[in-house]
Amino acid sequence: MEIFQTIANMTGAALAQHVANGISLGSLYALIAIGYTMVYGILLMINFAHGDIVMMACYFAYFGIAVFNLPWYITVVVTVVLTALLGALIERTAYRPLRDAPKNSVLISAIGASFLLENLANYLFSGRPKRFPRIPILEQNVSLGSVQIQVISFVIPVVTILGLLILLHIVNHTKTGMAMRAVSKDYEIARVMGINIDNVISATFMIGSALAAVGAFMWGVKYPGITPMMGVMPGLKCFIAAVIGGIGNIKGAVLGGFILGMGEIMIVAFFPQLSGYRDAFAFIVLIVILFYKPTGLMGEKLMEKV
Amino acid sequence: MKFKKILAALLASSLAIGALTGCGGSKKEAGKDGDVIKVGVFLPLTGDNAAGGELELRGIKLANKLHPKVMGKKVELVVADNKSDKAEAASVAARLIEKDKVKVIVGSYGSSLSMAAGNIVKEAKVPAVGTSCTNPQVTANNDYYFRACFIDPFQGTVMANYAFKKGAKKVAIIQEVSNDYAVGLAKFFKDAFEKLAGPGSVIETANYQTGDKDFSAILTNIKAKNPDAIFAPGNFTESALLVKQARQLGIKAPFLGGDTWETQEFIDVGGKDVEGVAFSTAFDREKATTPEAKKFLEEYVKEYKGEPSALSALAYDAYLIAINGIEKANSLDTVKIRDAIAATKDMEGVTGKTTLDKNGDPIKGAVIKTVKDGKFKYLDFVAPGK
Amino acid sequence: MAKKQKLILTILLLIVLFALSWVVNIAMDSYVRRIINLCLIYAIIGLSMNVTNGFTGQFALGQAGFMALGAYVVGVFTVPVKLRASVFYAVPMNPLIANIQLPVWAALIGGGILAAFVAFLIGAPVLRLKGDYLAIATLGFSEIIRIVITNASSFTNGALGIKDIPTLNDTRYIFVATAITFIFISLLINSSYGRAFKAIREDEIAAEAMGIDLYKHKCLAFMISAFFAGIGGGLYAMLLGTVDPKNFLFTLTYNFLLIIVLGGMGSITGSMLGAIVVTAGLEYLRVFDEPLELFGVNIPLFRPGFRMVIFSILLMICVLFWRHGIMGTKEFTWDGAREFVKHPLRMFHRKGVA
Repeated sequence: MEIFQTIANMTGAALAQHVANGISLGSLYALIAIGYTMVYGILLMINFAHGDIVMMACYFAYFGIAVFNLPWYITVVVTVVLTALLGALIERTAYRPLRDAPKNSVLISAIGASFLLENLANYLFSGRPKRFPRIPILEQNVSLGSVQIQVISFVIPVVTILGLLILLHIVNHTKTGMAMRAVSKDYEIARVMGINIDNVISATFMIGSALAAVGAFMWGVKYPGITPMMGVMPGLKCFIAAVIGGIGNIKGAVLGGFILGMGEIMIVAFFPQLSGYRDAFAFIVLIVILFYKPTGLMGEKLMEKV
Repeated sequence: MKFKKILAALLASSLAIGALTGCGGSKKEAGKDGDVIKVGVFLPLTGDNAAGGELELRGIKLANKLHPKVMGKKVELVVADNKSDKAEAASVAARLIEKDKVKVIVGSYGSSLSMAAGNIVKEAKVPAVGTSCTNPQVTANNDYYFRACFIDPFQGTVMANYAFKKGAKKVAIIQEVSNDYAVGLAKFFKDAFEKLAGPGSVIETANYQTGDKDFSAILTNIKAKNPDAIFAPGNFTESALLVKQARQLGIKAPFLGGDTWETQEFIDVGGKDVEGVAFSTAFDREKATTPEAKKFLEEYVKEYKGEPSALSALAYDAYLIAINGIEKANSLDTVKIRDAIAATKDMEGVTGKTTLDKNGDPIKGAVIKTVKDGKFKYLDFVAPGK
Repeated sequence: MAKKQKLILTILLLIVLFALSWVVNIAMDSYVRRIINLCLIYAIIGLSMNVTNGFTGQFALGQAGFMALGAYVVGVFTVPVKLRASVFYAVPMNPLIANIQLPVWAALIGGGILAAFVAFLIGAPVLRLKGDYLAIATLGFSEIIRIVITNASSFTNGALGIKDIPTLNDTRYIFVATAITFIFISLLINSSYGRAFKAIREDEIAAEAMGIDLYKHKCLAFMISAFFAGIGGGLYAMLLGTVDPKNFLFTLTYNFLLIIVLGGMGSITGSMLGAIVVTAGLEYLRVFDEPLELFGVNIPLFRPGFRMVIFSILLMICVLFWRHGIMGTKEFTWDGAREFVKHPLRMFHRKGVA
């Protein structure tokens, strides 16, 4: 068996490096998956454009630092604000008019929004890759024995956990959060209770997009080539991460992100000859999870209303 | 109802604009059809391959500026965007031939796009000269497709020889498995290297897909095997990230690649991490000895500022091959032009003298370059036929 | 109108259209023919997608994958044996299939059958899902198919693609294929199966209560859809003469999504119209990619890429404000046509209400 040979040949250092890579990638997936799951949790729809919002945020950051020469910490703030506004704009134009339409129409509209953002970016910024601005402190290397880790790889899990805590606080302990939970349980009742649904949904989108902007920053520092199509794969994978964890469940999204990131690294680590199939892994996991536990690892069981 | 009105207005205005441009176009075409010879430019100007297409368009435009006439008639370029998409490429090629009535087509960047046009030019009997489509299949079994660039087998072999010459005994290959170019190069690199250094000298072949961003897993595997060099043909965006992550993981082995790396974006994205990589390409200032090359360099710097890339040079040469064919045929009969192009021998271009072999592929040498201080630098020259 | 009369009219229309395709084939240049052929092929795939998405109400996004299967069966098995060594120059073709060459029609049908078979296998886990989940799972499968094709070099030549596929840019044959698809799907939709599909679309739970076997019917719709997508993929491969895995990225499915949305989800004639409008329209929109000079002033808006922006904006407008598309779930009928000829304006009034 080749697999045993691979394991036998793998040194402790290589394994430790793989684990470090897995945590680093997984926490990045987790960070973006939180935004996904949050929007889904409230609206019960896939925001197909989420990955493309990440892409746009990368371009905002690029223009902030490389073109307008803003310091990076100001750029972070500007990017988060602009991306939140973009999220609200997408919600206003692409989703709100379809609030009472069949679900499939919303899904098509989401696909259309994603397609539009990609084509727009391609038209405005050209298909040639841009270099995400350098932030030297975050790009430095730290050696732990023979394991090499970038500073950013320490920052990402911290930011992810921070994002998780802030989000849990907003959802569970603020008035907006309460309204969000009400809307996610039942539109009509929430409306009757005097909640302004449109505002709550806008707020949800803005928070989700702001998280996407933070994720985009981390993504850009770690993988600095930005292109109009860069959001597609992360978008799909982070959605899958959210589904694995149980869509709508914020903690589940973090768990799903880690499982997916770790799985993608480990499949290549233990089965090097399968490296060409790595991108299929996420989809296979998705289908397996949906087959055995359609609500994900941490999701609640939903009964369909007749 | 309001929205319907807006919709109607939008549609109407788009129709109006379309009609206006349509008229504008036809006015330009009308009249002096007999005095111009049309050459189709068939390149990806949008989509994944836009960067390469843009550079090649520069070369062709420059060539047209310096050689605007053939047989005493003006050459008119008809630029068509194939959108880096095969279905588009096929219909665009048909459009150039049927609607624009071009006599010869120059392009494309990207072999699969050229292959999509292959059957169309063959059936219409209109010759095409590829710029940088390096897949051997482009010209195989097709009498009407030629090209100005060397092919994947040659390039892969050149890099294998180079790696061996530099003392590499065991190498790893990382290929972009969804990219025909990368797969072709990797295959011929492997064959050539194993012939030189013995079987088993290619210790690992790892794959990734176009658009992947994280290569840490395959790189960690490769680091554990400690190769002397890594051959990693692929797109420049992915390759730059790959080399960057390799350096970050502490891999010291030199990286080798192909001509796609010769793009400013490769250096922009890779930064100091791509310093010292080696790759093969078709053209360099150092080897630009022909008078045509001097003219090209001078004009390019004047026109576009900055150093010309090999893509621009190849596109320039492709245009010259096409024009030369028309000149030699001294006729506008496309079959005669095809025969004249097929007989191209010792034609002086920017990338040296071009002679086409029986497949329609040029026999020419390769330049090996590196990145030093944020610039591409000449390293070595490999003669043809090796 | 009497039923018999309508049937005669329909047959007459088909004959006229076939004669027209004959004329197109002789009189038009290959560029125009190529566009028309692409319209017809896209109509087949749009129709196939409508079977699951429009009639059965299952939002599946796997069409690109099924097309890939059809295209590759045609690609692998119709390339002349003597040319195969030059096509499979990197990894030699697997000896199991290296000497099998099928006639074009057999490969085409084989591709459809393979696609239907894969749909059958996929159906078991996937068709229990609904809405978004189904969409993303089918999209995932179409990507898995593409990734497998990319990696299985000895069968598919991987990323290098296959060329020298016998080409077919002949409108007559492609028209016949489209007509057969059209007739088959029309008959299907008006059969008891079709009524079951529609019942599932309207309300799954009610349909189940009425004794409709949900899984069986969904699976049937999915397989039929895959079969015709495979046929369409095979024709597509023959129109181009070459295929490679990148043709079949999941974004290709969006084209067909637009076709059925524009034509009307759940309308066969709508899908036909949608295919023509989208394909020919994309070709027409090409002017947006070319530099534009209006009254001597160069308008900088017009450069490569603008066309796709317009295209996606049109898609959005269509989804947002014109959700039922050209036909909604209605069909073209002879009665409707007669009505239209008599009172051309009344139709618009009715539409405004809907």
